[in-house]
Amino acid sequence: MRVTIDGVPSQAAQGQTVAGALLAAGRTSWRTTRHAGKPRGVFCGIGVCFDCLVTVNGVADVRACQRVLVDGDDIRTEEP
Amino acid sequence: MRVVVIGGGPAGLAAAGAAAAAGADTVLVDSEPVLGGQFHRGHPQRVDARVRHLANSTVWAVEGMRLHVRTGQADSPSRTGEVLNADAVVLATGAHDRVVPFPGWDLPGVYTAGAAQALAKGQGIAIGQRVVVSGTGPFLLPVAQSLKAVGAEVLRICDANTGLGWLGHPRAASPAKLAELLGYAVRLRSAWRPRTAVVAAHGEDKVNAVTVAKLNPDWTIRSQERIAVDAVCVGHGFTPRLELAVTAGCTLVDGFVAVEHTGATSVPGWYAAGEVTGIGGADLAAAEGEVAGTAAARGSHPSRALAKVRSGRRFAAALAAAHPIRAGWHTWLTDDTLVCRCEEVTYKDLRAAVDLDAAGTRTFKLTSRVGLGLCQGRTCGRAAIDIATALASDRRTFFTPADLQRRPIATPLRLAELASLPEEDL
Amino acid sequence: MDVVVVGAGVIGAACADALSSAGLRVTVLDRGPLASGTSAAGEGNILVSDKEPGPELDLALSSLSRWPTLVGDTDIEWDPKGGLVVATGDPAPLAHFAAVQREAGIDARWITPAEALEREPHLTTRVTAAVHYPQDAQVQPVLATQALLSNVRRRGGVLRPGVTVVGLDARGVHTSEGIIACDHVVNACGPWSGEVSRTLGAPIAIAPRRGMVLVTAPLPPTVRHKVYDADYVGAVASGDADLQTSTVVESTAAGTILIGSSRERVGFDESIRVRVLRELARKAVALFPTLADVPVMRAYGGFRPYAPDHLPVIGPDPRVPGLWHATGHEGAGIGLAAATGALLAELLTGVTPHLDPTPFRVDRPGVLECA
Repeated sequence: MRVTIDGVPSQAAQGQTVAGALLAAGRTSWRTTRHAGKPRGVFCGIGVCFDCLVTVNGVADVRACQRVLVDGDDIRTEEP
Repeated sequence: MRVVVIGGGPAGLAAAGAAAAAGADTVLVDSEPVLGGQFHRGHPQRVDARVRHLANSTVWAVEGMRLHVRTGQADSPSRTGEVLNADAVVLATGAHDRVVPFPGWDLPGVYTAGAAQALAKGQGIAIGQRVVVSGTGPFLLPVAQSLKAVGAEVLRICDANTGLGWLGHPRAASPAKLAELLGYAVRLRSAWRPRTAVVAAHGEDKVNAVTVAKLNPDWTIRSQERIAVDAVCVGHGFTPRLELAVTAGCTLVDGFVAVEHTGATSVPGWYAAGEVTGIGGADLAAAEGEVAGTAAARGSHPSRALAKVRSGRRFAAALAAAHPIRAGWHTWLTDDTLVCRCEEVTYKDLRAAVDLDAAGTRTFKLTSRVGLGLCQGRTCGRAAIDIATALASDRRTFFTPADLQRRPIATPLRLAELASLPEEDL
Repeated sequence: MDVVVVGAGVIGAACADALSSAGLRVTVLDRGPLASGTSAAGEGNILVSDKEPGPELDLALSSLSRWPTLVGDTDIEWDPKGGLVVATGDPAPLAHFAAVQREAGIDARWITPAEALEREPHLTTRVTAAVHYPQDAQVQPVLATQALLSNVRRRGGVLRPGVTVVGLDARGVHTSEGIIACDHVVNACGPWSGEVSRTLGAPIAIAPRRGMVLVTAPLPPTVRHKVYDADYVGAVASGDADLQTSTVVESTAAGTILIGSSRERVGFDESIRVRVLRELARKAVALFPTLADVPVMRAYGGFRPYAPDHLPVIGPDPRVPGLWHATGHEGAGIGLAAATGALLAELLTGVTPHLDPTPFRVDRPGVLECA
């Protein structure tokens, strides 16, 4: 599968989550908090903590650890 | 007779299988693409072919025996909706990691034990190369094992308790369980350190070191050392996922769904099995699921499963007794330690709310903003209430586990999803 | 003189604040924690825009001028954001309503749809007419209530959460923790005032009306005013038990968007109804199409206290000497609290009231119930 992460095309495996792809690419954080601007990535890994939010195909607030990639997905780590 | 089972882990799988075997029209609703829950992650499970399995599906609202379901990719606005009218419901929604906060726990590179496990088993990813595992409970051992299996070096496994207290109750444990745990203990013993804990994580944008402390029995700090790491994973037992149980009106006892021996809750037609009724591991959950699924479908008593439930609960009680959360962790916090990661509420902010006598869950949240972010207090709620109760000292407080888990919208959905619900689903 | 105020919501807090400010010794009781009922379940509105000319508007205007001075420097997230009422159909009823309001002293500015879109860039382009109400404001209602209670505490007043009132006689208020001697008792129990009034031997007809609010995930600034559709006023004034919703959309200091509001008479039933949530969502998306993909993370409900004639009840009970009521503010309790506290304290201490108390009197038709 081919997906785009922050504009960069990359390969993804069947069953890979967005978080899996980001971590595999060496990224441990991809969001900042609203007040202090602290970095956030995966924490709970099972959809509970909402730390790992990304924008998928233009829709914000998607949990990266829960979202399984499909071919053509456009992942953005900043707000749309 | 329609039985709806919510959750596709060991309890839900067994419940759905048992309900179908007893002749009920059975639906199994699970949020994951494949069955198995957190326990079987990486090893997809099957369920009885007569069961209708709704994958990628969450029950987001409950009205009596009507369950409102969204199905589709996680958090996608294009999910589809369905209403399930149930004659009986089996709640098998499981649990997630409980983590007590400490300075730096919000740094990237700090993960829950469940995250480390899910990433290792589900995605083949090691959270780091030099990892310290910290918390309490036997779950730390399989997590450490999974980390090693994906190539991480596990420097320490810190259990804040002595970790082996449950061995004093050998009759409580199943031989297989004992063998499994002893196997871990043998393989991991060089890293294992009782009465220690990660009490701080350090780094700018990512964790690069942790403070590991030797603890007193009450979890206050005796001495500490600094260890260079690139990841930490922490887990202090588990928190049951109770929002649906609370919305349905099920009575809670000690923070878990109260059930009879059949798995029946206080609400007619509602059953519960697995970690929502008490933390006891996969074997017990499966036995409870079988009992509850059978009872929900009005099948005949599964006596073997009932016997397993009885012995399993003894083991669970022994485990729980051996892995208490001691209040000494409060002394690890500094004024600036975040307790609520979403709304960035610090220990100091919580103290200010307590000083205003914000002694009920709702008021406490609205005063401090703790638990008002996207996770809705799932991550920090218990810790925050523990802190508030301790700080209130001899003043009266009104916190209840049910209030903490009151989330009538059990999982977020998009406004347009809500707006487009068809008339016949209301 | 000793006064016991029953109910630690915003009305009880405002009464206790005014009474303690007048030099009375005040004890505030609540059967639960402080500021945890209706005051913890609303948006924190301080509105004039939804008021028709009449006694409630007088109370609202008086309150509006008093609120900022009551809490000093305490941060209660006071936000004079202004209201924007928009019509998407026939603009005539809104124009008429605003004209009548203007005559009564409300700053109600008729603006063009283009001006409305300038004020609220994400608003639907289907707007046909709009009125801007610069006087409308918002506070965080729990912080506001706590600020008033802090005033009481600072003046030596006593706050006693977790104390339930069980009766009243010449010796004082009987509670779950014994008798508290006092000269006056104020029933400020909001939607539970009816129940408490019966316990006190002087029943009044106050009933609960259920409301629900949706809360979205935090967003970058999207909605600037309190924005609502023009049918809001009709819903407030109605006694119909059926579900009524009208869109009220606004942001909070935390970045979330609050979407209200519904009105149902379902007693104290706390269970959510998906139909209600859908109606709120529909109308919000119709007003702000850009919100369609925003996650809803929470829904909360509360109960508004209402009297049969939809006016607050403020004053002495004619049947039981020393008993006072301050309740029945529906969804406007935060906005009306400041003047309600002042009025009650004036009546109780014998000072000339700052506005006519007659419309709010307890012995008006429909409010007094037979014991």
